[in-house]
Amino acid sequence: MTEPLLRVRDLKTYFVTEHGSGTARAVDGVSFDLYPGETLGIVGESGCGKTVTSLSILRLVPEPPGHIRPGSLIEFEGRNLLTLAPPDLRAIRGNQIAMIFQEPMTSLNPVFTVGDQIAEAAIIHQRLSRKAARARAIEMLQLVGIPDPAERVDHYPHQLSGGMRQRVMIAMALVCHPKVLIADEPTTALDVTIQAQILELLDRLQVELGMAVVLITHDLGIVAGHADRVVVMYAGQVVETAPTTALFDRPLHPYTEGLMAAVPRIDTPRSRLQAIPGQVPAATAWPSGCRFHPRCPHAWAKCAVDEPPLLDEGGGEGGGGGGETHAARCWLVQEPARRRHEP
Amino acid sequence: MTVRTWIALLGALVLAAWAARALRHRAARSAAGRRFFRHPTAAWGIRVLAFFIVVAIAAPLVAPFGWVDQPDIVRLQNQPPSWTFLLGTDVYSRDLWSRIVFGTRISLIVGALGMLVAITLGTVVGAVAGYYRRWVDTVLMRGVDVGLALPRIFVLLMAVALWDGLPLGLIVLLIGATSWFGTSRLVRAEVLSVRERDFVSAARALGAGPARVIFRHVLPNAAAPIIVSAALGIGNVLLLEAALSFLGIGVPPPVPSWGNMIADGAPYLATAPWTTLFPGLAIALVVMALNAVGDALRDAFDPREEAT
Repeated sequence: MTEPLLRVRDLKTYFVTEHGSGTARAVDGVSFDLYPGETLGIVGESGCGKTVTSLSILRLVPEPPGHIRPGSLIEFEGRNLLTLAPPDLRAIRGNQIAMIFQEPMTSLNPVFTVGDQIAEAAIIHQRLSRKAARARAIEMLQLVGIPDPAERVDHYPHQLSGGMRQRVMIAMALVCHPKVLIADEPTTALDVTIQAQILELLDRLQVELGMAVVLITHDLGIVAGHADRVVVMYAGQVVETAPTTALFDRPLHPYTEGLMAAVPRIDTPRSRLQAIPGQVPAATAWPSGCRFHPRCPHAWAKCAVDEPPLLDEGGGEGGGGGGETHAARCWLVQEPARRRHEP
Repeated sequence: MTVRTWIALLGALVLAAWAARALRHRAARSAAGRRFFRHPTAAWGIRVLAFFIVVAIAAPLVAPFGWVDQPDIVRLQNQPPSWTFLLGTDVYSRDLWSRIVFGTRISLIVGALGMLVAITLGTVVGAVAGYYRRWVDTVLMRGVDVGLALPRIFVLLMAVALWDGLPLGLIVLLIGATSWFGTSRLVRAEVLSVRERDFVSAARALGAGPARVIFRHVLPNAAAPIIVSAALGIGNVLLLEAALSFLGIGVPPPVPSWGNMIADGAPYLATAPWTTLFPGLAIALVVMALNAVGDALRDAFDPREEAT
């Protein structure tokens, strides 16, 4: 089996809140692997730690109030990003690992032309001349499918539509041909037709440039269509990890089941969508035991006391969560008889 | 005044009016430009400034005498305004108009350079404090508090007492070095808000270092209040220079600055009021023009004005 490109082990990113209400454990022991060329989907509700995980990988978490706990490991090509000196880290950002942000409206600098912004990473990392950088920017605009690239290169962000801006963001991220692209809800702010175009574009570029993609989203539909493997997050932890088809065939964790039941389906007519009762608890006070137990339809006494580890299908501890394993952080994996079947 | 200087003066007026008109035409193309000229005083501010700038550049043409020429030290002391001496003469029989014209150079240069020094210092300190926050911010801002608490005329007096006969360049530096505290606070506040915007994280994610993030991404988005503060600040520096020169510690005579001209004329306020009146008017005009332009700039940079 090939070596993972990016290994995240026991990542803990905590935020110290100002008013003494305690420490928000936004990401609390997340582990996953990313292999070259694959797409890894990270799904979960708002507030489950998806975005903080992605920011932690590039160490973009604002410090203070945030900090990544010692003992966490983020290894890229054998180097721990968390102990890297700032200049070495900057040499990786935008060059080897790039990121696309959620909001194309606010993630572009309003006072520079899109060409300047696309060329920026190339100027930083490859020391291109202004002329060469401009040519590269036009090339990138062409690559992400913007018509009239030679003209658009001199436009300012406010002159572009939302979909165009997201394409520009993608061009900015890909200008140095990174090995890993982290896309944090790349289509959330866009309408559905543009969403499809942007995701197709990402798929195409992934094949053309041979990069690995971490696709962060709350939309299971996007994950089903575009990810090879999925990590489901809840309350700052990985609750289930599996290859995409396995996850959709046999979800192991009740939370994953709940998410799937909450998606409208075209093949099974149903009058009402099932919502997961309750809300994601506050990150300053996760529930004891299994963090999902207050909202879980199957919970029993053990769930409120003992926190389950990631258990793979056989019942053993899944640990790493790489490769083809299908694992869930749920006692039901060991005691399937406890599952309650609804009437 | 000779025919040549009258023609030059007329030329300066025409040139200034033409420059102001051209500027207005250019400005009319953008919404911000139109907001700028909607201020009734802004157009006059621009005209006055354009006039003084043209006069400063063309000083040898517009001035009938040199700034140290003493036509007749015995008979032409403190002459009232006349056709020969447009604004009268001072106690050394020097032509006031010529000295004001050459003084424009000194005063504007001191004002502009002093402000440049102040804006640069204030921007760098404010940006570093706002961007790094934590102890860097605390240390720098407490330093600024100290700077604001010291009356700067006394700081400057102390500097003058320590070094005899300060050259003009050093005076400009000193004025700048004591005028940046307010600007640094302004810039810090602006940087604190801009640094939280998404494109700053995006720039860091691209691998941009702190200097690149601050100077390319944060500061250009905080430029508006800096420019306004600079426009208003030149007036203050001008006044400070005049005050220092009046006290005899600013621009060393016989080089004319508007401040030391007032100082020269002060003893004859009752018998020859023109010797202080005209340099004073020049200061007042330019400072008022700068303030009008500064106010209009502030509105021009604020798109919310559009709604009203």
